Amino acid sequence: MSEMEASVSAPPPAAPRHWLRHAFANPSFVAGFVVTAAIAVMALLSFFWTPYDVTNLVVADRMKGMSAQHWFGTDHFGRDILSMIMVGSRNSIAVAIVAVGIGIGLGVPLGCWAAARGGLVDEALMRFNDLVFAFPALLSAVMITAIFGPGAINAIIAIGIFNIPVFARVARAGALSLWPREYVLAARAAGKGKVLITVEHILPNIASLLLVQGTIQFALGILAESGLSYLGLGAQPPMPSWGRMLFDAQTRLIVAPHLAFFPGMAIAITVLGLNLLGDGLRDVLDPRLRRQR
Amino acid sequence: MIVYLAKRLGIGLMTLLLASAAVFAVMEILPGDPAQLMLGMNASPDAIEALRQQMGLNDPLVWRYLSWIGGLIVGDFGRSVTYSSPVLDLIAERAVVSLPLALMSLALLVAIAIPVGIFAAARRGRFGDVSVMSITQLGVAVPNFWFALLLVYVFAVWLRLVPSGGFPGWNAGLWPGVKALLLPSIALALPQAAILARVTRGAMLEVLGEDYIRTARAKGMPRNVVLWRHALRNAMIPVLTIIGMQFAFLLAGTLIIENVFYLPGLGRLLFQAITQRDLIVVEGLIMLLVASVIVVNLVVDLAYGVVDPRLRTRQ
Amino acid sequence: MSLLEIENLRLSIGGTPILNDVDLSIGAGEVLGLVGESGSGKSMTALTVMQLLPQAARASGRVSFDGFDILSANEWQMNQLRGDDIGMVFQEPMTALNPVKTIGEQVAEGIRWHTGANRRDAEDRARKMLERVGLPQHLFPLSRYPHELSGGQRQRVVIAIACALNPKLLIADEPTTALDVVLQKQILELLRDLVDENRMGLLLISHDLAVVADMADRVTIMRNGMVAEAGETVATLSEQKHPYTRQLAQASVHVPARAEAPASRPRTDRPPLLEVTGVTRDYPGRWTSLFSREKPFRAVDDVSFSIREGQSVALVGRSGCGKSTLARIVLALDRPTAGSIRFRGEELTGLSEVALKPARRDMQVVFQDPYGSFNPRHRVERLVAEPLHLADPAPSTEERRELVARALAEVGLARGDMDKYPHEFSGGQRQRLSIARALITRPKLIVCDEPVSALDVSIRAQVLDLFADLNQRLGVAYLFITHDLTVARAITDDVLVMHEGRIVERGATDEVLARPSSEAGRLLVEAAPDLDRALAARRARLAAATA
Repeated sequence: MSEMEASVSAPPPAAPRHWLRHAFANPSFVAGFVVTAAIAVMALLSFFWTPYDVTNLVVADRMKGMSAQHWFGTDHFGRDILSMIMVGSRNSIAVAIVAVGIGIGLGVPLGCWAAARGGLVDEALMRFNDLVFAFPALLSAVMITAIFGPGAINAIIAIGIFNIPVFARVARAGALSLWPREYVLAARAAGKGKVLITVEHILPNIASLLLVQGTIQFALGILAESGLSYLGLGAQPPMPSWGRMLFDAQTRLIVAPHLAFFPGMAIAITVLGLNLLGDGLRDVLDPRLRRQR
Repeated sequence: MIVYLAKRLGIGLMTLLLASAAVFAVMEILPGDPAQLMLGMNASPDAIEALRQQMGLNDPLVWRYLSWIGGLIVGDFGRSVTYSSPVLDLIAERAVVSLPLALMSLALLVAIAIPVGIFAAARRGRFGDVSVMSITQLGVAVPNFWFALLLVYVFAVWLRLVPSGGFPGWNAGLWPGVKALLLPSIALALPQAAILARVTRGAMLEVLGEDYIRTARAKGMPRNVVLWRHALRNAMIPVLTIIGMQFAFLLAGTLIIENVFYLPGLGRLLFQAITQRDLIVVEGLIMLLVASVIVVNLVVDLAYGVVDPRLRTRQ
Repeated sequence: MSLLEIENLRLSIGGTPILNDVDLSIGAGEVLGLVGESGSGKSMTALTVMQLLPQAARASGRVSFDGFDILSANEWQMNQLRGDDIGMVFQEPMTALNPVKTIGEQVAEGIRWHTGANRRDAEDRARKMLERVGLPQHLFPLSRYPHELSGGQRQRVVIAIACALNPKLLIADEPTTALDVVLQKQILELLRDLVDENRMGLLLISHDLAVVADMADRVTIMRNGMVAEAGETVATLSEQKHPYTRQLAQASVHVPARAEAPASRPRTDRPPLLEVTGVTRDYPGRWTSLFSREKPFRAVDDVSFSIREGQSVALVGRSGCGKSTLARIVLALDRPTAGSIRFRGEELTGLSEVALKPARRDMQVVFQDPYGSFNPRHRVERLVAEPLHLADPAPSTEERRELVARALAEVGLARGDMDKYPHEFSGGQRQRLSIARALITRPKLIVCDEPVSALDVSIRAQVLDLFADLNQRLGVAYLFITHDLTVARAITDDVLVMHEGRIVERGATDEVLARPSSEAGRLLVEAAPDLDRALAARRARLAAATA
């Protein structure tokens, strides 16, 4: 498994602190931001209010189509689909946030350490990366669930473990391209140690790379979580989750296709929003790519 | 080149060894006594102890690991408890579904993504590029099992063109088999193809900005000729990396997709084995999947050597 | 009629005007030097002739090549011209060749494309062409890949591609800027021979007046997208009628005024400031097969020298001779394989970062690239204050600001510049910032790695003045690493000539540059472009031709 080449390009010509202003002139960023914000608001709202109580089973209303009472219809227990999607978003977002957090929290220090030390440490990290990449995320999730049993926490761990080498790789590649820079050499000539240089010079300059990767991994995390809950390895009923709703819809596809439509759309729109946000950020933060467009 | 290949091969073998240790360790810390599980809750302690002896469960840890590894190397994956047949036979039986599925998806993936990516790069910023890239943006966002459900609804339930699931077996003939795998492989390949098309486009655009492209244009060669003769091969280097990684996703994806289409493949076997706590099958299957990811990455490394002459002389 | 005629050329890219009323012409067999500082529009003029401009570019005026109107030509017509009638050589040989194609393929490709020759014939022609540019078949078969060649060899391949079909016009855009002086001389000689043999017109773009004086029959001097002056080379460059021409010419031969002659400097009996003894640096060789490995590469080989307080020493040599590695070893940024570095009488090799602190305080560094040597996310105050990390005790915030202000004042910048970001400064100003950063701890020695190579001539002169002034006023010693002898001559007392990792010659700068005794030193001196010498040679040639 060869390393992907990544490099840190020169930062935007304008002062770094103004990048947000550029961002809001970028249509991709704006669209992604709006969608992502809407999903986040929906998740927050679900803590206080949902159209119906998702624990309330109304068998008389089961598998209703779209109507004024139930905008997205009801499922096989008569629960309101819109409410379930709202509550289910919490789960997806929480899993993805924690998994990305694990990835950044462990992967970035590892990557920076390997880049700063080189030699054996670096080699060991790369072999660790190879090892984790040899286990497709879903496979390690299956293994972890096989040990500890299914549940949202185990899904987080499985996805988070896969994120560690991803961020380690990005951080390492970015840091390696910065270490030979003259300003880092100047800092070394100023007697600064590797830790201080990493904090002062390396991290701020790879932050944009990490931010972009973060949105990508966030989107992948949501996809992976939905896949795990679809397989019954993620959040357990009665807690609604988008993947689980799709699993329940599968056997009823012929009679009630709308059951499969809305949860899938929820996943797709969330991931799309995050990807647009990531693309927009990349355009704004990486002037080299901006020039190409 | 030999040095490079030897190094990659060594790394691959080492990764495989580490992976086997990881899998073994994970299975070791699993709660529950396999002998007890096999014999049921009512078995006498003596019988359990006898079976433990017979299965070698009382041997030292390192010894058991080594004998397990040794078995894997000579093709002895052990015997399944629930199916009471050799694990290898079970795997072989199911692999005839999963392997063609993974290969069909890979072929579809490459056949769709690379031309689309090149097309978009060649007409950068124009209508064709923008519309194709918008579609891929959507494709990246769609979970493959949901896409599979949509495909089933449209092509099996609504249009009745293909079966909605199940596998007739290769004995029923080539076409019915391929037909049963068609929707699953499309469902697997298309979302990944969207990613690969974007990568291909990005790599092409990156390469098209290089100095040597300007040199080639200064020779008097038209843009399109330069695109094919000079840009494509250079752009393949990052594209190959992604294809290697995507193969792992495809393999993992078969676990899900086989569930959507009720295909009797390795993924279904794995799930059944997990629910039945048939650990020896789980171990064998995971090692097999990990090994195939590593082998595919070795092939990708080999392909780098073919594409990039710099690797042939450097390490 | 001229081969290439450009009249009233105006060019804008995305609405920004780039060129304004540019006129120039080149006849067959004539060499036109196009001179200007960065951003003057000289490369854009060349790309206009090739029609290889960015898509957002809009050109108007008249560009006629051999009677053919280039600005109204379509892409197909341009493809007929490019590579066949007009060849182009670019600045950066390391990236100008496709890394996955052999040099044979790349040279033969244009031949096949334009002549329709079959592979065999095209390869025969490519072989002859490569042989002509100095890459003989038995050493450089067609099957070589670019990464197997050095920078100078790659530039020869690029020239072979450009000249493969005997073009009527060759455009060379800074063809030697990325090469050292010895390679520069070889490449320029090759270009001149090719021009003479085939009666090609050559448009030679350069920032270096001496190179142009040596090569060109006529010069056109550009500034801010306009032609400042144009005319016959000797007349234009010696009379210097236009003030900008004069400014450029003076800047390129500028020698800072230094009060003391080097020889009159008192030699004290105090131990030298820096003493390098027997320093060697090996890099492990790469594996060639499973069981064998190349011999280690010796970048620095048994180097010894010393620097007294206040002394300014130049370390000159060709690219790849090991001078930058040596600089990093002196700075304790890299460890020597063998040998010792004593600074202020104290051994530095093997010391920990903490133990190095006092030494680092007295030894600072200025790098080549004024763009790459600052963290773009920090303000000037923080950047310049970075070495204060070494100060003991650490200064308070006010003291820090005071020290930064003083360092800025010393290099001619204002106190108010402290709160700016590096991108708000020009290249020359940034190099002043680097010097301020190096000065802030009041070091006794500053190691300068090609500190003016990336600067335009007029700015270079100012920065050299600054270096000389600081040496005089503050008594800072310099180890000045450069491949440019004019720089060495301008501000150093003594010179060390380095070749293939070894010091092959040393002595007083004026002495060595006037009468080099080593082969490597002689090559460097002879190859160094020199405006006055080039003009004198050209005058002599013209006189001989008319007599």
